[in-house]
Amino acid sequence: MFAAAFEYHRPKTLAEAVKLLGSVKGARLLAGGHSLLPAMKLRLASPAALIDISRIAELSGIKATNDGLQIGAMTTHAAIAESDVVKKHCPVLAQTAEIIGDQQVRNRGTIGGSVAHADPAADYPTIMLLLGAKFTAANGKERQIEADKFFVDLFTTSLKQGELLTSIMIPAMSSAASAVYRKHRHPASAFAVVGVGVLLEVKQGKCADVRIAIGGATVTAVRARAAEELLTGQAPTVENIARASKEVGKALDSPISDSYASGDFRIHLATVMTRRALTDLAGAAR
Amino acid sequence: MKDPEKPLEAHESDNEKRAEVSRRDFLGTSVVLTAGACVAPILFNKSALASEGAVPGGPISSAVDVTLRVNGTAHALKLEPRVTLLDALREEMQLAGTKKGCDHGQCGACTVLVDGRRTLSCLTLAVMHDGDEITTIEGLAGSDELHPMQAAFIERDAFQCGYCTPGQIMSAVALLREPCGASDDDVRECMSGNICRCGAYPNIVAAVQDVRRSKTT
Ligand SMILES: Cc1cc2nc3c(=O)[nH]c(=O)nc-3n(C[C@H](O)[C@H](O)[C@H](O)COP(=O)(O)OP(=O)(O)OC[C@H]3O[C@@H](n4cnc5c(N)ncnc54)[C@H](O)[C@@H]3O)c2cc1C
Ligand code: FES
Ligand code: FES
Repeated sequence: MFAAAFEYHRPKTLAEAVKLLGSVKGARLLAGGHSLLPAMKLRLASPAALIDISRIAELSGIKATNDGLQIGAMTTHAAIAESDVVKKHCPVLAQTAEIIGDQQVRNRGTIGGSVAHADPAADYPTIMLLLGAKFTAANGKERQIEADKFFVDLFTTSLKQGELLTSIMIPAMSSAASAVYRKHRHPASAFAVVGVGVLLEVKQGKCADVRIAIGGATVTAVRARAAEELLTGQAPTVENIARASKEVGKALDSPISDSYASGDFRIHLATVMTRRALTDLAGAAR
Repeated sequence: MKDPEKPLEAHESDNEKRAEVSRRDFLGTSVVLTAGACVAPILFNKSALASEGAVPGGPISSAVDVTLRVNGTAHALKLEPRVTLLDALREEMQLAGTKKGCDHGQCGACTVLVDGRRTLSCLTLAVMHDGDEITTIEGLAGSDELHPMQAAFIERDAFQCGYCTPGQIMSAVALLREPCGASDDDVRECMSGNICRCGAYPNIVAAVQDVRRSKTT
């Protein structure tokens, strides 16, 4: 099976890539190719040209800054999973990267490609929403996009035509907070049937910061605000956590339903997985 | 209000909501149904992935020069950019040891090493690897000696039909240099990208563990 014919460009610098993206008709960026190439083989996408950004050194790498982690768009899932810097500053991100697909997929797939593709069953979008990531887009000039403005719809982000995602900033977490990502993975593909990211900070016996992000259940990942609000200011007891977790479904409008999992089952999974994740984090905080 | 924590059967009556399945629901459905790589065409019409320009089956793009370094030998080729590394190996270099199972990244039969990292050759273009060091199953053995992983697969009878085997072995060789845990379960997880239709898994795990143990002693 092969894709429709296309022109191939491999720029060496970001400036060159941006220029090509703006000038070559029908051009699309090629990162790891692990979402785009399967789509092209099925002729679901047939761009006239591909701009391979995999050799642009300035687009990959991980840096710890005062504000948080700065991650280049072309950084592979494997590099994030194995990075000591990520494990130290944002363990939940390394833990998420480690369970994307399989090792072969992690060796090629990139964080930029994953978030730009915005697959509802992908893992990173949930974590980006949980941690309040900021995306830097470039098309000659730069702009920053907040995670909650980035994921717009099914396979749709707020990146504009001609814009290239260059890096992602993950704000530093409070040292008293902890976070975890849980996924009910599809047994064949490993994609998230439901993925739950939870962050909890307990201060003087009360939940000071509660964040719950759910992916896989709806067209884009969402924050479960009602559940977060119910637990904030409360003690992280088994009862309070159970009560809050029951509110998770309120955030899941028109849940995705398929032969593997009905919408109701996805809500059920999100609820139970949230309760368990919060219980574990609360147990560790005690 | 629906109680998500009550048993699932109890939700049957809540299902009216689903009667009005919107287009979006349907789209979401197809995505997750085929999750792993494929998506319904209609998705791409509305999505950021929608195609512009190319006519499927349209004019063939011109071939470009690519040098692939495979098993230590440089091959100067002229390839269309759309040729995958897998097809280049099998069709252009007659290295048919690397197998095509699904051609969509899901089975691992096409696994090769690119600069030492295991890679699905069906999901990467040959042109992307100009100058990279590629190792295939044909390049593992010494002149008259099998790679220890090949020997272990034979010793443990870690295959039946053998179709998945080159991919399994390439994956297992890469695994030796990865931070994979010590248990059999860890090996199963680390080998999860390679599917075996014949179900030779227990023997595959045993073969991988034999080689890992012999390396640490
Ligand atoms: C078998 C299999 C299993 C998988 N399992 C999982 C899983 O469990 N969880 C998961 O989250 N994902 C999974 N994936 C998807 C995988 O993580 C993809 O690699 C990822 O979604 C896309 O990244 P990529 O680098 O391959 O992007 P590509 O496929 O190269 O690109 C995807 C899209 O993003 C655009 N794009 C890429 N980079 C940029 C950029 N810098 N700026 C703007 N646009 C850009 C491209 O133009 C394209 O439209 C799986 C994939 C496969 C094949
Ligand atoms: S042929 Fe490449 S993964 Fe199946
Ligand atoms: S031995 Fe037949 S598919 Fe694995």
